[in-house]
Amino acid sequence: MNDAVVWLTIFVLSVFVGIEVISKVSSTLHTPLMSGANAIHGIILLGAIIVTGQTDSTVALIVGLVAIVLAAVNMVGGFVVTDRMLQMFTRKKPTKKEASA
Amino acid sequence: MPVWIQLLFLACAVCFILALKGLSGPKTARTGNLVGAVAAVVACAVPFFWSDLNLQHVPLILAATAVGTIGGVYGARTVQMTQMPQMVALFNGVGGGAAALVALLELDERLGTDVDWFTLAATAFTIVVGAVSFAGSIITFAKLQELMTSRPVVFPGLPVVFGGAFVGAVGLSVVEVSDPTMWAGIVLGLLGLVVGVLLVLPVGGADVPIVISLLNAFTGLTVAAGGYVLDNTVLLVAGTLVGASGTFLTLLMAKAMGRSVVNILFGALKGGSTLGAGVASDRPVRSAGPEDVAILLGYADRVIVVPGYGLAVAQAQHTLRELVDVLGERGTNVDYAIHPVAGRMPGHMNVLLAEAQVPYEQLIEMDDINGDFKNTDVVLVVGANDVVNPAAKTTPGAPIYGMPILNADEAKQVVFMKRSMRPGFAGIENELLFDPKTTLLFGDAKDSLGKLLAAVKSL
Repeated sequence: MNDAVVWLTIFVLSVFVGIEVISKVSSTLHTPLMSGANAIHGIILLGAIIVTGQTDSTVALIVGLVAIVLAAVNMVGGFVVTDRMLQMFTRKKPTKKEASA
Repeated sequence: MPVWIQLLFLACAVCFILALKGLSGPKTARTGNLVGAVAAVVACAVPFFWSDLNLQHVPLILAATAVGTIGGVYGARTVQMTQMPQMVALFNGVGGGAAALVALLELDERLGTDVDWFTLAATAFTIVVGAVSFAGSIITFAKLQELMTSRPVVFPGLPVVFGGAFVGAVGLSVVEVSDPTMWAGIVLGLLGLVVGVLLVLPVGGADVPIVISLLNAFTGLTVAAGGYVLDNTVLLVAGTLVGASGTFLTLLMAKAMGRSVVNILFGALKGGSTLGAGVASDRPVRSAGPEDVAILLGYADRVIVVPGYGLAVAQAQHTLRELVDVLGERGTNVDYAIHPVAGRMPGHMNVLLAEAQVPYEQLIEMDDINGDFKNTDVVLVVGANDVVNPAAKTTPGAPIYGMPILNADEAKQVVFMKRSMRPGFAGIENELLFDPKTTLLFGDAKDSLGKLLAAVKSL
């Protein structure tokens, strides 16, 4: 099987999964969902680390480090802010912190 | 790539699916987000343990990651809930920018080697769309943060410049694929920036949040294409998931506003601006003091509160909750009616009220509560306007025509708490304000609610 076709297969299936998993989301959660999805694409940090770690030129290294900073802001900030929002939705419990959380 | 890494990436991809799945339900959302976060951290740690990769500059990479992490955590911890839309836009923008830079670096790395056309096309796509997402998100941020006007910005020739930049980017991408050079890559990025700026400038008022969602989907697709370029499945799957779900979410939101995405993006260019005049009217209205409104509320059996962005701006959510609690103790049946686009972003109002510890069960979605208005004694509209504007039903040609609204006009009495007669986010006048059954209580929402609370308590 052609390599590109394998990738295309993964892509197409992911499209369907992406639509399917959020198809029943209530509008209550639109903001955290958008923010959480936003954090997930911060995974470009992985790409930024790999590319930067393989470069030899100084200019490319600087550009790569900038990319890492930006991607880390996206990923870490995204997950933290989403958690902060969701924390408020579940704060109604009598004890503040539960071991299972 | 060693098999263990491939399997680990597969596990991370599954975790991202579970994360999105979890995020779509209130009970599972927080766990879902944590699952996603753990998977992301694990995936990003892999390069450091991947011996064949021979990762260089490790201390610098770690330092840069630390800087980004600190910046991200600081922003995420300190942002006010009212400013959430612009925060999401900013996080999204930097992600898109990072993807474009990664693609540029990969292009630099691969120049001179034998690269197939499809990889080059994916590289060009990543550069252009990443830059669009970056520039578009920055403009969105500036609009919402009020660093620039939130009205549509249109200048003569904008469509021409936009079209030129767009066609130029597509054309140059073709050139890039047939004869890859670094210069073409950089110019592609610059054209992407121009397209991004011009895409968002003409979008105004209430439509900006839809654009955040759309740009979020763009960044997702950018990361997916970047995954193909870097031969990395987890980037491909994660990016595609976000791209697909983001696109779907954008369509859902546009539907909730009764608009099409094309209309939202290009409506202003066709002359049919999304904003009305934005001026205050001097027509007569009936206004009252807190004591009068307290009597209305205090002796009502059924009250529905319609909260809007103005409530959050005044930081009056806590006072409002107290008022609702006191009314509840007096035996009044009170609920909150939440319009899908209340606040500045779909679902934003739920977050703002959750912050004020309003019980989840009291927040009723539009479709579930709209039938109740005709049996309601008093509707209390706090800092909202467009979401109860009957023009959406009665006035074809109004910027919000076709948007589903809360049927506050069907209630027996309507009380608006407003700072002034200035129109809402969409900039159009609200006929309901001049209705004989409507009472206005002017003043800062927090201040007025405080007085109202005291007045109800002394009844």
